[in-house]
Amino acid sequence: MKSGNAQTFAEKIFSRKTGRPVAAGEIVVLEPDRLLSHDNAAAIAKTFAEFGLKRIVDPAKAVIVLDHCVPAASEKYAKNHLEIREFVEENDIENFFDVGEGVCHQVFAEQGFALPGELILGADSHTTSYGAFGAFAAGIGRTEMAALYATGKLWLMCPASLRIEVAGQFGADVYPKDLILYIIGDQGADGALYKSVEFAGPTVAAASLSGRMTLCNMAAEIGAKNAYAAPDEKTRAFLDGRARREYDEVFPDDGAAYERTLSYDVAGLEPQVAAPHRVDNVVHVTELVGTRVDQVVVGTCTNGRVDDLVVGANILRNRQVAPGVRVLVFPASRAVYLEALGIGALATLAEAGCVIMNPGCGPCLGAHEGILAAGEVCLSTANRNFRGRMGSTEAEIYLCSPATAAASALCGRITDPRTVRA
Amino acid sequence: MIRGKVWKYGDDVNTDVIFPGRYTYTITDPGEIASHALEDLDPTFAKNVRPGDIVVAGKNFGCGSSREQAALCLKYAGVAAVVAASFARIFFRNAINGGLPTVTAPEAIARINAGDEISIDFEAGELTAADGSSYEFARLPAEVVGILEAGGLVPWVKKELGAK
Ligand code: SF4
Repeated sequence: MKSGNAQTFAEKIFSRKTGRPVAAGEIVVLEPDRLLSHDNAAAIAKTFAEFGLKRIVDPAKAVIVLDHCVPAASEKYAKNHLEIREFVEENDIENFFDVGEGVCHQVFAEQGFALPGELILGADSHTTSYGAFGAFAAGIGRTEMAALYATGKLWLMCPASLRIEVAGQFGADVYPKDLILYIIGDQGADGALYKSVEFAGPTVAAASLSGRMTLCNMAAEIGAKNAYAAPDEKTRAFLDGRARREYDEVFPDDGAAYERTLSYDVAGLEPQVAAPHRVDNVVHVTELVGTRVDQVVVGTCTNGRVDDLVVGANILRNRQVAPGVRVLVFPASRAVYLEALGIGALATLAEAGCVIMNPGCGPCLGAHEGILAAGEVCLSTANRNFRGRMGSTEAEIYLCSPATAAASALCGRITDPRTVRA
Repeated sequence: MIRGKVWKYGDDVNTDVIFPGRYTYTITDPGEIASHALEDLDPTFAKNVRPGDIVVAGKNFGCGSSREQAALCLKYAGVAAVVAASFARIFFRNAINGGLPTVTAPEAIARINAGDEISIDFEAGELTAADGSSYEFARLPAEVVGILEAGGLVPWVKKELGAK
């Protein structure tokens, strides 16, 4: 490619898909490679039924994971799941993951659907997570998913791009979660509105895929359409024997046009916490130390992976969580559960007084398994702390890393993990 | 070309105040959806809005949840278009897919007041404020205009399927 035609990651994906050069701002009709939905598949199926078609257009592209309220918490949820199973059966959807497999984004990645260079659309705002594997992945609405089931195509605007270069080494007890919280606080909830966010630089290259997933997952909280980290040896090793098909790695060109380039250095970065009721209301943990906590949640698509559980287990080993604090641990998937079980992390957490819950979203969206009463305070490793999200509108949700969550579980108050080192 | 009376709001109008979450799973009738439009932002809106009125707001209109009713309640209430300095991504999509035209015109916002009559020429990509000043905006591409003209994504898909 000539240097004058240098393209961003998003432009490259859109150009490859349309077969002609597409620049940021253009709207084109594209055929995605994979389509994700979860417990909302029942609602999508109802809209799809309006089209009067017998079957969805390409069942092999559909991936459906039940995760938002599993196992069903009430008859209403049970009926919802039942309708989805019927839809799956009628349409011969092979890639269906029933209750207990895990959070959709974790399962989708583990099952080898999140591939470099692929265009993935999901009826969930945190579909951005698959950018960690070099895919172009964006969230869409339910009606749009129904339209995709009917026609296999959808209009998309090629987003302008924002490059976030990260350098420096994380200090002890500081993680990619702290970095992304810091970026969200710095940029605000609309800091990357409708943009493709490319994470780059030595710190991103050094990060694990789990850490990159945390970054790409929460890019949604600054309004990003999608996020991206360049595929590398780690990506290839993860996908080896797991990828559902051959893939083509796609990289942005040198000299591509970015609307903005931001630089961060994580050396000296402190643990961060998002305070109620906005994700961009971010402060250093030191400013909140001592805040009473009633419930701690470790899990979700943001931070429920093995490395996250191990961080928590290391802090809580041979210790007890504070009296009066409920600590709920949700492995993000069955695979995560089994691995954490095998290495003893779950036993350590259970011995410390944590409740080991089933793989799934847990109370993240306020459906079940840890709902908050008025006046209660929850510290969570999730990605959203909006008023009322986990139950009462009079409850408060703080967001942090697994290290800060475990340290705070130990003390019953928001605690700087650097002060209770394992 | 449309001409309508303006309802003016500020920045970061979120989907919770456009269509409160407490109704998202219980109400499906279009008239009833319309009756809650902007309820938690401006309780006078749903009662007084007239077909053809235009909602004008600042940046990041429709941020927050992905609920489609946020766009549909305005459409069902008869709103002819939403003009904003910028739109949250999923609202923008939901608006087009729901058949509600959007206009991104950041320079125009400060020159428009509540109650003004403004006109929008979609073909020319031009908005004219009550004081006579006019603003160009990027026209929507043909694919998207087709969806708007069909009345939204569901009727558009039906048309496409019928045409095959
Ligand atoms: S864990 Fe939370 S944020 Fe992630 S998919 Fe589930 S509900 Fe959404």
